[in-house]
Amino acid sequence: MAVLISIQNVSKSYSRDSLKIPVLNNINLDVQEGEFLSLMGPSGSGKTTLLNLIAGIDKPSGGNILIANVDISKLGESALANWRANNVGFIFQFYNLIPVLTAFENVELPLLLTKLSKSERKKQVETALTLVELQDRMSHYPKQLSGGQEQRVAIARAIVTDPLILVADEPTGDLDRNSAEEVLTLMDRLNKEFKKTIIMVTHDPHAAEKATHKLHLDKGDLV
Amino acid sequence: MKVLKLVFKNSLRHKLRTTLTIIGIAVAVVAFVLLQTVVTAWNAGVEASAADRLISRQAVSFIFPLPYAYKDKIESIPGVKLVSFANWFQGVYIDKNQFFARLAVDAETYFDVYPEFLLTKEELKTFKAERNSCVIGKDIAKKYNLKLGDVMTIEGDIYPGSWEFVVRGIYQPRDKTVDATQMLFHWTYLDEKMREDFPIRAGDVGWYILKISDPNNSAQISEQTDNLFKNSRAETKTETERAFQQSFVQSTSAIITSMNVLSFVIIGIIMLVLGNTMIMSARERTREYAVFKTLGFSGKHLVGLIMGESFLISAFGSLIGVVITYPLVQSFQDFIPKGFFPVFEIATITVLLAVLAALSIGIFASIFPIQKALRTTIVEGFRFVG
Repeated sequence: MAVLISIQNVSKSYSRDSLKIPVLNNINLDVQEGEFLSLMGPSGSGKTTLLNLIAGIDKPSGGNILIANVDISKLGESALANWRANNVGFIFQFYNLIPVLTAFENVELPLLLTKLSKSERKKQVETALTLVELQDRMSHYPKQLSGGQEQRVAIARAIVTDPLILVADEPTGDLDRNSAEEVLTLMDRLNKEFKKTIIMVTHDPHAAEKATHKLHLDKGDLV
Repeated sequence: MKVLKLVFKNSLRHKLRTTLTIIGIAVAVVAFVLLQTVVTAWNAGVEASAADRLISRQAVSFIFPLPYAYKDKIESIPGVKLVSFANWFQGVYIDKNQFFARLAVDAETYFDVYPEFLLTKEELKTFKAERNSCVIGKDIAKKYNLKLGDVMTIEGDIYPGSWEFVVRGIYQPRDKTVDATQMLFHWTYLDEKMREDFPIRAGDVGWYILKISDPNNSAQISEQTDNLFKNSRAETKTETERAFQQSFVQSTSAIITSMNVLSFVIIGIIMLVLGNTMIMSARERTREYAVFKTLGFSGKHLVGLIMGESFLISAFGSLIGVVITYPLVQSFQDFIPKGFFPVFEIATITVLLAVLAALSIGIFASIFPIQKALRTTIVEGFRFVG
C-alpha cells in the first residue's frame, strides 16, 4: 500500500497573550492508503490538534503535511477550503448537524460546492443515507433523531463526496454503548468494504480496537 | 437545497425574535413615512409656490390691510404682467373645527394669476358674472357633497354676518401639490357689504399678488414696489411667493427640524435593533459557521448567509411597513383637525427613502457579525461555548 499521508517534522504551538504553548513537537508519521488509524492519548496530549492539521482545518507552526503528494501546509485559506471540500470527510463528537436542515439537506451540504446537478446530488445523498441505513429518515430534522442516528447522518455527510480520507474526532464520545457500536461497525465497514482511509481520535480503548493501527500521543509527542 | 433556502430557514430559527425585529422595522418605516409626510405637508405651500409670483403685503404685519388703490400703481411697474389681490375671510362653515381657507379674491384676475387652479371656461364665466358666487376646490366639494348651484352659508367672524354664496365653479388642482381645499369668492361682494356695514373697512385688500414677466427680476420689482409706498400710511413688504410662504412655516421651523431629525433617529434606532439581532444570531451559530468552513464553504458563502438573513428580515419588515403605512397615514389624517394640511399625500420618494433606508440597515447591520464570523478560525469556532 502507498503512503497517503506523510507528516514531516510537524510542530504546533499556540500563543496565549505573550505565552507560547507548545502542543505538538516535531511529529513524523506516515499513514498508508486504506489504513484505519486511531490516535489515543490523555486530554491535552495534542491528538485533536494533530487531527485538525491532517484535516486542513488548522496550520502547523513548522514542518510539512503531504497528503496524496499535496503539501497542504503550503496552501492558502481559499485553496485549503477547496482541498478540504474535495478530499476530507469530517465526523465530529457532537455531530454538528445544521438544526434547520433535514437529514437529506445536511448530507447534501458538501455537494452544493460541486457542479453536480440536482438529480445527481439527490442520487448521491440517497446512496449515502442508505449506506448508513437512514433512508427512511431523510426528511427528519436533527432534533427528531436519536444521537446515534444524528451521528450516522454526520457520517453520511462525511462520505457523500467520496473523500480521500475520513477524520473522526471522538465519534462515539457522546453516544450510548449500542449507538457507539453501530457507528464503529459502520466505520469499520467503510474502511474494509470501501477502502476508506480513516483517522480517528478517541479516548475509548474499545473504539480504538476497531482500528488497524493505534498510536499514542503524550504531551505533544508520539509514543 | 439552495443557500437562499438556508437563509430563509435561519431567519425563522427564532420566530419570536425575528417577528419582533420585523415589527420593529415595519413600525420604523411607518414612523419615518408619517413624520416625513407631515414635514412635506407642512412645506407644501412653499414647494407649490411659483417663481413668477410676488406677494406684496403690509410691511408691519400680514394682518393689516393695504389700500385697494395700490393696484393701479403696482400694475404700472415695468415687468409686472398682472396684479391680483385677496383677503383672508375665514368664517365658519357648518362646524368651526372644519377648517379650510376661505378667501375674497379679485374674480377678474385671480385665476389668471393662479393657473394651477383649473376651472372650465363656462364655470369661470358664470363665476365672474355673479357677484355672490364662489368657486370651491374639488376636495371641499367632495367632502361637503356640494354641487354647482348649491348655496354655502358662512358665519362671518372677521367679517361679521351671515354670508351666502352660490357655488358656480369647482376647480381641479393641476397636480397633487396644489391645495384643492380653498373657497374663493368675489372681493367686490365683501367690499360692498363693508361699505354698507363698516365703511372704515371698505377698500381694504389683504395682499397683492404680482405676476411678473421674468423671475430673475423679482428682487428689483420687489424693491420698486416697496419704494412706491415708502413713507405712506401703509408701507408694503414685497417678496417672492416662496419667501412669503416660508415666513409662515418659519415660525414652526424648530418643530419641523425636530421631526426631520426624529425620523432619522428612528432609522438609527432600528439599525441598532437589527444589528443586535444579527449579532445574537451570528454568535449562536459560531459552531455552525465553523462547520460550514470545515466543509469547504468560503467566506463569500458566510457573507451571503449572514447578510442574506439580515437583508431578508429588513426587506420583509419594510414591505409590511409600506403595506400598513397607507391606511395608517390615512387614519392619522382623519384624526387631525380637518383641513389642517390641505395637501397630505405620501410622496413616492418618501416611501422609496424609507425602504432604501431599511434595506441599507439590513446590509449595515450584518457587517459586524460578518467580520466576526470571518475572523473566527475553524478551531476557535469549534471551541466556542455560547
